[in-house]
Amino acid sequence: MTHAHESASLTGLLDTDAIRKDFPVLQRLLHDDKPLVYLDNAATSQKPRQVLEALTAYYERHNANVHRGVHVLAEEATALYEGARDKVADFVNAPSRNEVIFTKNASESLNLVANMLGWADEPYRVDADSEIVITEMEHHSNIVPWQLLSQRTGAKLKWFGLTDEGRLDLSNIDELITEKTKVVSFTLVSNLLGTINPVETIVRKAQSVGALVVIDASQAAPHMVLDVQALEADFVAFTGHKMLAPTGIGVLWGRQELLEDLPPFLGGGEMIETVTMGSSTYAPAPHKFEAGTPPIAQAVGLGAAIDYLSGIGMEKIAAHEHAITAYAVERLLEIPDLRIIGPRTAVDRGAAISFTLGDIHPHDVGQVLDEQGIAVRVGHHCARPVCLRYGIPATTRASFYLYSTPGEVDALIDGLHHVRNFFG
Amino acid sequence: MKLDSMYQDIILDHYRNPHGKGLRDGDAEVHHVNPTCGDEITLRVRLDGSTVADVSYESQGCSISQASASVLNDLVVGKTVGEAQAVQEAFLELMQSKGQGEGDEEVLEDAVAFAGVSKYPARVKCALLSWMAWKDATAKALAQNPAVND
Ligand SMILES: Cc1ncc(COP(=O)(O)O)c(C=O)c1O
Ligand SMILES: [Zn+2]
Repeated sequence: MTHAHESASLTGLLDTDAIRKDFPVLQRLLHDDKPLVYLDNAATSQKPRQVLEALTAYYERHNANVHRGVHVLAEEATALYEGARDKVADFVNAPSRNEVIFTKNASESLNLVANMLGWADEPYRVDADSEIVITEMEHHSNIVPWQLLSQRTGAKLKWFGLTDEGRLDLSNIDELITEKTKVVSFTLVSNLLGTINPVETIVRKAQSVGALVVIDASQAAPHMVLDVQALEADFVAFTGHKMLAPTGIGVLWGRQELLEDLPPFLGGGEMIETVTMGSSTYAPAPHKFEAGTPPIAQAVGLGAAIDYLSGIGMEKIAAHEHAITAYAVERLLEIPDLRIIGPRTAVDRGAAISFTLGDIHPHDVGQVLDEQGIAVRVGHHCARPVCLRYGIPATTRASFYLYSTPGEVDALIDGLHHVRNFFG
Repeated sequence: MKLDSMYQDIILDHYRNPHGKGLRDGDAEVHHVNPTCGDEITLRVRLDGSTVADVSYESQGCSISQASASVLNDLVVGKTVGEAQAVQEAFLELMQSKGQGEGDEEVLEDAVAFAGVSKYPARVKCALLSWMAWKDATAKALAQNPAVND
């Protein structure tokens, strides 16, 4: 901890000593005696005791299927599940709780939108005369569903390129977003580059041509205030497991009028009004889009996670991560041969930092860090086009969260020096 | 330290000075990737009758995948296809041994150094990448040239 004097002067940090006590896994020692330094938060977050207890309480006391019974447990389970929907609606400042659709993850949310638009009537229908616009920094979850839609409908897929600094290149926005554009889908925060994108510029342009806007907020919802009304998007997708909740629960928020007009994608129990052998009518949103038994416990867990995050305050979490990120960027740049892939500043950037280290392959970097108890992610992070853009096969990525400390940044830096010596 | 069991000196030597790297003439070419980490290899096999006359490759990836391609080149070039396939199978078995196997040094030579890698499931694919590519390319080369049959 050679830089303790610098890290001690960081402002806006949370009381991580207290927070870390809530996360049992953070007490783990690895490889006999090394404290876990968990820097893989962009892949998934750890879970606080409060979330784990909510899951246990749900299964121990209230477990039943939802919306289907008159008995006590069924009513309690339904109230808990629908209560989680209220919490999500509050968390993202949705005008109505009926705009919150539970899915299993962000990928499902994005696939759901793509399929709604593929099967929609005019004016939303994506067909051979339409264009779809995405960006080169998307997670595969926000690329492949649009590729599929484009292949199935004949719509043309276009995308924003990236600048050398790891930002969106908006210089050709007028050629990209045109009268033919039916939908523009982009990430609010890149999971690989860490870049925070200029939502307003893109939304304004999309609105001017009447295109729908889909925002992938998977890397935003866990880390900052998310206000779907302020974003002025039509759909916003995110995933629970990156924001302290269990796996198996995701969210698609969509504007009410759209959800009323657009067709369902998956059919099954729960999403219908009446069914005959010939045809069915559908329940109103959000149920129209939630076929089958939903992930009930997981939704309850997401509700508990939101309570936990809101208890601390998303603004404070964002400030904490900003301070940690600024410190990490500064210290990473001290390392010879280290190249940050993405903005080399903490301005308009989230807490995921990707880098390469000389010609030492990320796979080897990650392995040697693991030996010191430091968990990072290596590879293309499900955003392979970004790696191609910057001419690299893969990166090492360190990503922080509300429980990350300057000491963990120091541990990462020491670890990287060790990596250089090992392969030097 | 446990790391040394994975990163044996032999492996690091092959990684720093890979044998036979670069693409040369071949009878068949394949491109294999390791989707979890982005290791990639383009590999060509040239047969001369039933002998493996050359294995040439262009690759990018981690030390384990690079060293493994180099060792592959050492081990199979000059052998008959049948002998080389036996080496490939022995290497595959070692890599699937979950840290239990030691490998027969008579057959595997430098490749026994990879025994430690077999403990790390995420890295087994790195070690096998070039070997699977070789197997695939050899099958293709043989299919083009059915007369070769040992
Ligand atoms: C920006 C972004 N979008 C989408 C996803 C997909 O999330 P999930 O795998 O939970 O569907 C991720 C997570 O890896 C992500 O980082
Ligand atoms: Zn590898």
